[in-house]
Amino acid sequence: MAKRIDVTDLDIYYGSFKAVEGATLSIEPRSVTAFIGPSGCGKSTMLRALNRMHEVIPGAYVEGKVLLDGEDLYGANVDPVNVRRTIGMVFQRPNPFPTMSIRDNVVAGLRLDGTRRKKAELDEIAERSLRGANLWDEVKDRLHRPGSGLSGGQQQRLCIARAIAVEPQVLLMDEPCSALDPISTLAIEDLIEQLKERFTIVIVTHNMQQAARVSDTTGFFNLSGIGKPGKLVEMAETDVIFSNPTQQATEDYISGRFG
Amino acid sequence: MSGITSFEGDQSTALLRMALSGRRLPRWGVPAAAVVALAAAIGLNAVTGIDGVAGTLVVAILLFVAGQTGWSFSVEGRRHALDRLATTAIYATFALALAPLIGLLATVVVKGSQVLSSSFLTTSMRSVSPRSEGGGLYHALLGTLEQVGIAALIGVPLGILTAIYLVEYAPSGSSRHLARVVSFFVDVMTGVPSVVVGLFVYTAFVLTLGMQRSGFAASIALTILMLPVVVRSTEEMLRIVPRSLREASYALGIPKWRTILKIVMPTAIAGIITGAMLAIARVAGETAPLLLTTFLSQSINPDPFTGPQSALPTFIWDQFSSGTDASVNRAWGGALVLIILVMVLYAVAKIIARFAGVKKL
Repeated sequence: MAKRIDVTDLDIYYGSFKAVEGATLSIEPRSVTAFIGPSGCGKSTMLRALNRMHEVIPGAYVEGKVLLDGEDLYGANVDPVNVRRTIGMVFQRPNPFPTMSIRDNVVAGLRLDGTRRKKAELDEIAERSLRGANLWDEVKDRLHRPGSGLSGGQQQRLCIARAIAVEPQVLLMDEPCSALDPISTLAIEDLIEQLKERFTIVIVTHNMQQAARVSDTTGFFNLSGIGKPGKLVEMAETDVIFSNPTQQATEDYISGRFG
Repeated sequence: MSGITSFEGDQSTALLRMALSGRRLPRWGVPAAAVVALAAAIGLNAVTGIDGVAGTLVVAILLFVAGQTGWSFSVEGRRHALDRLATTAIYATFALALAPLIGLLATVVVKGSQVLSSSFLTTSMRSVSPRSEGGGLYHALLGTLEQVGIAALIGVPLGILTAIYLVEYAPSGSSRHLARVVSFFVDVMTGVPSVVVGLFVYTAFVLTLGMQRSGFAASIALTILMLPVVVRSTEEMLRIVPRSLREASYALGIPKWRTILKIVMPTAIAGIITGAMLAIARVAGETAPLLLTTFLSQSINPDPFTGPQSALPTFIWDQFSSGTDASVNRAWGGALVLIILVMVLYAVAKIIARFAGVKKL
């Protein structure tokens, strides 16, 4: 199910602007990797480059390699649509489709991928995904109500259910809790803990405590100045980053001296 | 001890209440001012030369505004007086804007309903002289339905596709330049007078290509007229669909075309339908291009591709220009049918949009 990601010497550009420079890192399967760093340091861009979502911005491109179990995601014949089917994503703000019911939201990726499936099969996948996102008990009586009627935390878990319904290998999360209250955040963090048994998870967060709580490995990104590209300063096991970092910048950031 | 505390408490509450509240006009102030102003205006009629309902009303309104503002200023102060003045001005302009609409609808309904009957809807004007009663607009209703129907069948899809190109494809592709040209010409088309469009179709299709003057030629002119309206309204609707929805769809591995078709379009569909309906309603009342492209006819011609065809606007124009009592009545009947037609179309579109679009809680 879960796969590993190896990034080698990756530069990410938006037109002529270089957003991330020289990133090299490895992401282990069935683990949680957190990207932390100050605003504008390129951690979200790095995350989006892992499933080619940054390409929705015109003029974006990369130089370097991103390998998923050895397969180059930026290879000549690689279709970004297939990359995103394999590497799912959850966003900062919950974004359920407003035209669809809760059930249809969950199976949207399957209904719109071009293959026909039986209703019973979709119902089963919807239930399994909602259970996987710890949302089933809260919504099982209103599966045909619109998803926009749920609370923010429930909507975010609905989006996670929608992402895991297509059975991706990797799940990317771009600050998934920053729009949520502490209780909902706790629910998502518990969920991440369960999901890592099945998926490789990469999470971007502004919240260092969150990174310390949920991740096995942490990467610290920083930028040397305004308009300069962001860089991966240091990446190591989360315990090491938070207790004994090798770089002064990492130490300064996690101890709150800047950022 | 506790007695003193509560006494101090009462006193400070009273002080606070004084600080928070100001002197206001009594509740009956506004109606009272209105009644006094009206009475004064009627009284003034006797003194001055102004009379009639309209004159009295204008004087009453002016007196009401002046009296209420002055009274409010002396009691409540400047801010409340200005608030009352602005409130009155907004209601007055609202009534002023609504008056012509209600007047128009009332006139059309009253005058048009006199001739409206089942035979008016099912017969044509063939062998009916302008002076005689009777006759009908079946030929014109049929022509309008066919011409506007064909124009909508061509114009609405073309307009929606153009808008999809402009919003969804042009910004990310290499064809930015083309998009700017398309967008520019859509703007130009919005400003072209309808009679010029009629002339264009007449010279290009009838004179140059040898097409007959027909309902279809009229449809082409109407298509050109509705196209920019459909493009612009659809564009606006597609632009307000949040980018996050498109990203959510892409992140599920849904291809772009399916994202547009199944996520973006349904989210915007209510607004797109409304925009298309407004465009259709607008061209349904066009007269000038029809006179140039299909002219008019007094008899039923169900074939939009051969020979002149009547339409409701040209029927109204023709009946009105005959000038007899009977024919002017028929013109009002035509106007009523045209308005009802547009309203029915609009109601149907609203019902469709309600069930098609964003799920309400």
